[in-house]
Amino acid sequence: MSALLSLEFWSLVGVVAGIYTIFAAGLQLQFGYTGLLNFGHVASMAVGAYTMAILVVKEHLPLWGASLAAIGAGMVFGALLGLPALRLRADYFAITTIALAEIVRYFTLNEQSLTGGPLGTSNLAGATQVAQYNGSWTAFQHQVQGWLHGVVGSHAGSDFTMLVIVWVVALACLAVLHPMLRSPWGRVLRSIREDEDAASALGKPVLSYKLQSLAIGAGFGAIAGLMYAFQFQFFSPDDFDPTITFYAWLIVLLAGAARMWAVPVGAAIFALIFSGTRFFNFKPFTYLDAAQLAYLRLMVIGAILIALMAWRPQGLFGKREEMVLE
Amino acid sequence: MTDFLQLVVNGIVTGSVFALGAAGVSLVFGPLRIVNFAQGDYVTFGAYAAIAVNLGWGGNMIWSTLFALLATAVLAIVLELVLWRPMRRRGAKMMSLFVTSIGLAFVMRSAMLFAGGNLQRSFDVDPFKVYTIGGIRLSLSQMIAIVVALSAIVCTALLLAKTRFGRSVRAISDSVDLAAVAGVDVDRMVLYIWILVGVLAGLCGVLAGLIQSSFDPNLGFFLLLPLFASVVLGGVGSVYGALLGGLVLGIVEETSTWTGFRGGVNPIWKPVIAFVVLIAVLLFRPQGVLGRARSL
Repeated sequence: MSALLSLEFWSLVGVVAGIYTIFAAGLQLQFGYTGLLNFGHVASMAVGAYTMAILVVKEHLPLWGASLAAIGAGMVFGALLGLPALRLRADYFAITTIALAEIVRYFTLNEQSLTGGPLGTSNLAGATQVAQYNGSWTAFQHQVQGWLHGVVGSHAGSDFTMLVIVWVVALACLAVLHPMLRSPWGRVLRSIREDEDAASALGKPVLSYKLQSLAIGAGFGAIAGLMYAFQFQFFSPDDFDPTITFYAWLIVLLAGAARMWAVPVGAAIFALIFSGTRFFNFKPFTYLDAAQLAYLRLMVIGAILIALMAWRPQGLFGKREEMVLE
Repeated sequence: MTDFLQLVVNGIVTGSVFALGAAGVSLVFGPLRIVNFAQGDYVTFGAYAAIAVNLGWGGNMIWSTLFALLATAVLAIVLELVLWRPMRRRGAKMMSLFVTSIGLAFVMRSAMLFAGGNLQRSFDVDPFKVYTIGGIRLSLSQMIAIVVALSAIVCTALLLAKTRFGRSVRAISDSVDLAAVAGVDVDRMVLYIWILVGVLAGLCGVLAGLIQSSFDPNLGFFLLLPLFASVVLGGVGSVYGALLGGLVLGIVEETSTWTGFRGGVNPIWKPVIAFVVLIAVLLFRPQGVLGRARSL
């Protein structure tokens, strides 16, 4: 049971929860507050991570500049996603977004000279040299780790440092979103969710608001992509398969639509399921190999989605009267 | 020109497999309003049921296929009884049924990976037997796929056009309540629909497995978006449209690589063709190429 007590293990769970909090917060804005069924959210993560890595490795931009550009690219992508797709009915919009996200993934897979192809970011600078985008990130992380030593003592390892950084970013994201959602801007989004025609009749530019919601949501997706890239130091197109989008949906549906503060709770539950197969170190689970445990995990995630739809479509914290998936 | 015709024939092979799966998507969308994200995994289930007989018990392809159809139909019935019917009774609407089917897809795919691992499997057929007809080369698997799938497509179309069952399906698609009032036993017809969907999905799985020469439990998941694209191309809600849409999409995908026209599309982009077709049709002709505008 030592895994249960190790700081390293809980740091990993916490980092996953933090990254998915940022990622799902973007979807919560798009779906929970604006009513947009974005099933291609993972693409914003891919756009963010790849933009940063390409700019650092190929254009030798400083990390902070590349990261800002990555968030910008994510937002532009979100708006582009909406331009054609928003003319469609909700269910067609959902399928179109999946298709667009798959196009992005195939692009990263096929355009080897730009993205490194199936080999991922290590192939960014060509086959002859190993490319690294996270040199200055590692330096930054060391610096933070130094500060943390001063605060919590020397057992603050690099995992713990990453945990702190991810959650500072995640909470900053939520802190930015909170006043936005309570402002008149946020109320217009909700009015569009409730009745698009009414909002439009009141003179609100519905399409423009939807595009803003998609763009900002995708911006958060891009930030999540950056955090993902920094945490794992390497990524490839496989890291952005459609499954990731459904993880965000699981989190948002668990939390409840239009419950931004509940997103970290949903993300924590997801992270426990996602990393928690370590708990299963007793019989009969010891008969299974690591791959089988991973499949078991996906089965649990699917079963939770079905159970939510059957018994609690409003999620753990949502209100049935306000917003459920119909 | 022969190379173009070869691509057309390859396209008919791929397309007839798309058509079988797409008909299943369309059949449950029309009457039940389920956008069935798990359709791909019904297809995979069919392929694996056949593999179990073919490799596990040494059965020939005919017995394997028949068992696959039966097994997938039984699976479809069981899922209707334990999942879809209770969800409908709870008043689940289109989007929550969609998310339910995503959850089901996760469960089915990972259950198959759990049970069978992610090894590549192939049916026990002779991969080197090749027929040449008028300069066009077809492998044994492609030959089987074309004959079986086209017959199944014709049978399905006739079944829906000529029988009482077909009339009931159309009636339920238009309005469940009116169909019930007019004396259609809706619950029973829905079960029949799922049996047909299971049979078509099972056949689609076996043939997809055959023509790909080897496959893993992601077989159906990779087929899923092309299936959706076929349905949209033919006009959502029309089963005939889905059958035709599948064939057309298959031919478009394969002929897109024809080097005679501006060098053709690089084959690595072939899967993307389906997505582009899907989005283009939705944007410019959402009622499908054949369909008429209707408020569904």
